[in-house]
Formats: sequence, structure tokens, C-alpha cells
Amino acid sequence: MDLRYSDADEKFRKELRAWLEDTVPGHGTPPPYSDWDARRTYDTGWQRKLFDAGYAGINWPKEYGGRDASLTEQLVYYEEIARAKAPYIGVNFVGMLHGGPTVITEGTDAQKSAHIPRILKGEEVWCQGFSEPVAGSDLAALQCRADLDGDHYVVTGHKIWTSFAQCADFCELLVRTDPNVAKHGGISWLIMPMDLDGIDIRPLPTLMGEGEFSEVFLESVRIPVANRVGAENDGWRVTNVTLRFERGTAFASEMYHLQEILAGMVDLAKRLTRDDANAWEDRTLRREVGHLAAQLDALWAMVKLSVSETAKTGMPGVGGSAIKLFYSGVYQQIGELGMRLLGRAALSREDLDDLPCQQSIGRAMQSLSLTIAAGTSQIQRNIIGERILGLPKDQKPAAAAAPKPQATGAR
Amino acid sequence: MDFRVTEDQEALREGLRTFCDGRVPIETLRELEQKPELDRALWGELAEMGVFALRLPEDEGGVGLGMSDAAIAFIELGRRLVPGPLVWSQLAAGLVDGAATGQTVVGGLDLISHPDAPYVIEYFESLDVVLLLQPDGIYRVDPDVLSAKPVATPLDPLTPVHHVASLLDGQRIGGADDAAKLHLEGATLTAALMLGIAESTQELATEYAKSREQFGRAIAGFQTIKHILADMFVRQEVARAAVYAAGATLDDPEVGDVVRAVSAAKATAGEGAMRNSRDCIQVHGGMGYTWEVPAHYYLKRTWVLENVFGTVGYHEERIADLLASD
Ligand SMILES: Cc1cc2nc3c(=O)[nH]c(=O)nc-3n(C[C@H](O)[C@H](O)[C@H](O)COP(=O)(O)OP(=O)(O)OC[C@H]3O[C@@H](n4cnc5c(N)ncnc54)[C@H](O)[C@@H]3O)c2cc1C
Repeated sequence: MDLRYSDADEKFRKELRAWLEDTVPGHGTPPPYSDWDARRTYDTGWQRKLFDAGYAGINWPKEYGGRDASLTEQLVYYEEIARAKAPYIGVNFVGMLHGGPTVITEGTDAQKSAHIPRILKGEEVWCQGFSEPVAGSDLAALQCRADLDGDHYVVTGHKIWTSFAQCADFCELLVRTDPNVAKHGGISWLIMPMDLDGIDIRPLPTLMGEGEFSEVFLESVRIPVANRVGAENDGWRVTNVTLRFERGTAFASEMYHLQEILAGMVDLAKRLTRDDANAWEDRTLRREVGHLAAQLDALWAMVKLSVSETAKTGMPGVGGSAIKLFYSGVYQQIGELGMRLLGRAALSREDLDDLPCQQSIGRAMQSLSLTIAAGTSQIQRNIIGERILGLPKDQKPAAAAAPKPQATGAR
Repeated sequence: MDFRVTEDQEALREGLRTFCDGRVPIETLRELEQKPELDRALWGELAEMGVFALRLPEDEGGVGLGMSDAAIAFIELGRRLVPGPLVWSQLAAGLVDGAATGQTVVGGLDLISHPDAPYVIEYFESLDVVLLLQPDGIYRVDPDVLSAKPVATPLDPLTPVHHVASLLDGQRIGGADDAAKLHLEGATLTAALMLGIAESTQELATEYAKSREQFGRAIAGFQTIKHILADMFVRQEVARAAVYAAGATLDDPEVGDVVRAVSAAKATAGEGAMRNSRDCIQVHGGMGYTWEVPAHYYLKRTWVLENVFGTVGYHEERIADLLASD
């Protein structure tokens, strides 16, 4: 039970910290959410800087241009990125955190050389076309149809909640290549260029009215068979590779960043007046902050425990599901605390009297997505109950002919 | 960094688990119910297992282990509701002669985080020495000089208590720093006991949910029950991470803020024990409300442990104060 970073880890930290201190201020402030072009430029520009300095793909294998850092160095990386308030991974999310890693693990040499270097340098942006209106938590129920026509698939279907679709060059797309077998058996994983004919992207405003995801309508889109990752109809297995990457360390920096956010709320409370007194005098508030800080400390310790187990055994510890479930809940409580600190200023999305309305409201609202995206909290509880505690599966609908295993495939 | 439980710690855990399974099964606990006296034979065996001497340096006759090892041991004791002033006696090893070997049974009052009357002392009848933890130091008091009245109906049937009308100063055996250090260690060991409770209540409830059938199926298949159990598991894992971190930080204070790590442990383990033991009763339904099912012992012990070395609220405020002073 040793929490001490090695000298090598600390050396890595020192170099990274120095580089971040030099580089972060020069990258400017993030552009508005609505400006996709500017967002893409900002996020991929940062990715390029990471690449040039040798920090891109911190956990990617060296032969693919990654740094292949040890797991403890990765922890240091997440801590330092959060500490330096470095730009968020943003539009590089899909390519860097799960699309790229899936291609590395499952793709052909041609696929790898076509995409991996470009993703790493911020030259190529990816999006994720998994969910459909009928297939959210029950992802394997997806219907998007792909018919073979020579060396192409002809794809018709409807994807939804596709984040970054508006600025992406490629999409990791799940399609049904065989409608006549049990639902998990007929799925394939394709790389779809977003500039093909027949792709109609319709922005779907979030509850903040912002551009985040879109609906993507596909009408006889011709995708080369060469763009299939993994065997035909073996897409569910490939999907689980993708989901494993997505649920891995994807949120680690965010988790650590919550510490900074909470500290910022303490500073705010100390300069606020409530009921004729300093807001920080309120014992209930102090206890709530202490409660959240204790949970954040425990959360980071959980990440360390999980990383230590992964480092030694190659297998992640008791589970990303427990960490994700806990993290998303704590984040929402912190978001709500931020709202309450605003008081009546929370009625305005623009900053009033030096109060961070825009940021606090944005964070509170955005936090609501965390218990939905990447597998809802209910699905995480099912996974913990069934896979860790060994509880019986949910009752299967009597009418279902094909075996209907637990839906676990939500993102 | 390797935050995992080490092989030696795993062995320590196994040893204590086997011991507790054999020596303190639920039937034994039932026999001990409402007995005002500590089971001295059990106490001696715990001492032989090294439970009290664990952190005492080897040249002083101890085992020479650290706080993370002690935490591993105390999780096991908590799981099995092992009775007795375990925490005080371990804290007293090296401070009070005979505590490490179990010959002297040491109890105490934590007046740092629980300064107000009424003063209630656990296992008073069996104590050879009472320690008073004050903000300005550690005081040793002879139990004979305190006027203490036994409480006829203690909350926890396995934790007899006395009510002490007024306190005496006693002999000062440590300064403010020593008292603060003991308080941190006591909070960590108590958090470990509570983590043990969070674990075993989860396991008890899970086991029951798998075997109890209603509407023609195991209740564990009902999603509302499944999700209660999943939340219990998460609380247990959150508390585990925090308790391990407190132990590791006390052993190597350079890796973090000791006070903050300990407070996070007591707060999260306190919440885990309280909510899990409550949920454990709920999952058991009507049987959970009976004396027969052991769920109530866990909830009652949780209240005993919540009220020593700082409540959840005390530790939350302490962390908040640290944050505000940064
Ligand atoms: C911000 C954001 C970004 C996203 N980005 C992408 C993206 O880039 N690409 C993509 O493909 N998808 C994306 N998604 C979609 C996301 O993966 C789905 O929203 C999610 O999997 C849930 O599916 P659903 O919305 O259909 O909800 P449903 O599955 O319909 O769930 C509705 C409610 O029912 C509950 N429920 C469902 N099944 C069960 C069950 N078995 N037991 C108990 N309760 C159940 C759920 O927990 C939820 O509360 C994104 C979503 C969000 C919010």
C-alpha cells in the first residue's frame, strides 16, 4: 500500500509541469461552444502541441507514436493536466480515447497507417455513431442497415446523439450486416468518412441549447468494405474493445480537476454574503464541502488502486463501473452546490457582479449528462450487481425469441 | 507507487479472517450479549495474534508494522463485530504497560472531538486504565477513582457502557501533539472497523437477496434490490480506497496531507457503515427488524463507532477548514 511516486515519475512530473507552464497560457481561452470551426482549431491545435512535445497518446504504444508511459506516469499526467488547467481533449475525444485505440487493437495495417498518425497529430477528428433512437442502453438492438454491394457496404439508417459529428472527418459506425441472427451476432464496426454522399447531419441542441451532438441520417451511403474493422458480424466483440477503452481512464483528468473546482467554490463562498453573514460561516455549507472533498479524495484513491491493480495484473480492478457511477454522482452534487452558491444570480447565464454564472450553470447542466452517457447509472448498477456481486440477470421479456443478454453496450 | 494490498498484508488478513471465523462466530457473539464483562480469554488470543502489538517496534516487543497493516487487521475485526476496546488498547501499546500483551485492558474517552457530557465509557467494567484524550494532552486515569454507573440497557448489546458523572484530570502522559497523533490513529483504526461493517453488511444482504424468494424468484433479481446492493458495493469500495489511503499516508506522510486523508477515511467509512447497515436491514425485510438476524448488531455497532474519534460531520468540517486555509 505504497502511495509514493517513484523518482522517475517525479522527474516526468517536473518536465511535464514545466512544459505545461510554458505552453498552456499561450494557447488562449477556449472559443464559444457554438463555433465548431474555432473549437476544432483550438482542440486540434492543442493536440498538435502535445504531439510535438512527445505527450500525445500518453498511453498509446510507442510503435504507433504514443508515449507508452507507465500507469503511474499516466496518473501524474492526469494530475498535471488538471493542475495546469490545460485545454480539454475536446473534439479529439473519440479518436484519441477509443476510436484510435480500437483501430490499433483490431485494425488492419492499412487502416492503422491511414489513421493513427493523423489522429495523434490532431489532423483527423472522429465521432462515434453507435446509438440510435431505438438503441441506447440496449445498444445491440441497433438497426442501421448495411448491405454488401461488391466491395462496398450500402448503409441506411439513423444515428443519434453523435457527439462532434459536425466537425468530424471519420465516424466509428456500428451497422447491422446480418438481420437474420440474434442481435449481437449481426453487427459490424466500420470507419465511415464523413464527407461521403448520403450523410445528413442535423444538429440536436443540448439542454443548454448548445452544439454537442447531432442526429446523423444515412441514406445509401457507400462505405468501402476495406473500412471494416474486425470480421463481418464480429462487430459486437470489437464494440466491447471500444467501450473498454472508453470506460478506461477517459475521465481521469476530469476527476482530478474536480478538486480544483471545489477549491474554487470555497474561494467564492468566502467572498459571498448570505443572510448578512459571510457564506462560509454557514456550517451546513462547510460540511457539504467537506463531504464532497472527502468523496473526491476517495475517488482519486480508487483510481490509484485500480491503476495499481492494472499495472501488476494487466486486469483492471473492481471496476470502472463503480468508479464511473460514483464519479458521475459526485460531479452532479458539485454542480448543484455551484448553482446554490449563485443564489438568485443563478437566474442569469451571464456573469453578474463577478459571480461565475456562465461557468457554474454550464458545469451543473453538463454534469447531468454524466449519469446518462457512457452507460447510464442504472446500467452501471446492473453491471455491478450482475458481474461483480453475481446477482441473477434481469428477467428476460417472455416474447423475445433470440437470447437477450443484458444490455451493457451503452456509452 | 503500488497501492495494492501487499502479500504480507494479504496473509495478515487471511490469518485474522480464519481466526475470527473460528473464534467469534455469530453464536459466540450471542453468548456475549449483555454481558458487562469482556471475554478475557478472547482478549488474550487477540493479543497473541498481535492485534495490539502490531505497530509497536520490534525492539519493544511489537510486530513493527505500520498503520496500513493495522487497518487491514481492523477491517477484519470490524467485519466480525469483535467486541472490546480494540482501538484504545492498540493505541495504548507502548504507552501503557501491558496493553500490547493484552494483560492491561485500556479504554478511553476522546474529548477532542466529543468534548461534551454525558460521558459514556465503553467496557468500563473491564478496564484497567482509562485514557482521556484532551486537546492539550493525553491523561491516564485509574478507573477506580471515577464514579461510574453501569447503563442497564446499552444500545449495542455487545458494547456495555458506563455513565461517568464527572471527569478527573489524571496523570498527563503525553502532550498536545501526542494527543493529536493518537486521535488521527484512533480515527483511522475506527474507520477500518467501519469499513469492515460496510463490507459484511453488503455481503450479508447480497447473500440473503440471492436466497430469499418472493413472486416466484430470488429477490436479488428485482432491480430495485439489485441497485441497492450495487450502491452498497460502491460505498464499500469508496470507503476502502479512503481507509487504505489514510493508512498509507500515516505511514509515509510525504505522500499527502495526513489530517485530510484521515478525515476523508472516517467520513466515508462512517457513511458507508451507516448506510450499508441500514440498507442491510431493508433488504432483509421483516426479518431484518428482528433480533434473530444479525443486521441490527451492525447498525448498533456503527452508532458506537460513529461517536468516537469524530463523527462524519466533525471530519467533514475539518476537511472544509483545511480547504479554506489553503
Ligand atoms: C452528452 C451525451 C453525448 C453522447 N454522445 C454519444 C456519441 O457520441 N455517440 C453515441 O453513439 N451515443 C452518444 N450518446 C448516447 C448515449 O450513449 C445514450 O444516451 C445512453 O446510452 C442511454 O441511451 P438512451 O438515451 O437511449 O436512454 P434509454 O436507454 O432509453 O434509457 C432511458 C432511461 O431508462 C433507463 N434504463 C434503460 N435500460 C434499463 C435497464 N435495463 N435497467 C434499468 N434502467 C434502464 C436508463 O438508465 C435511463 O434512465 C451520448 C449521450 C449524451 C447524453
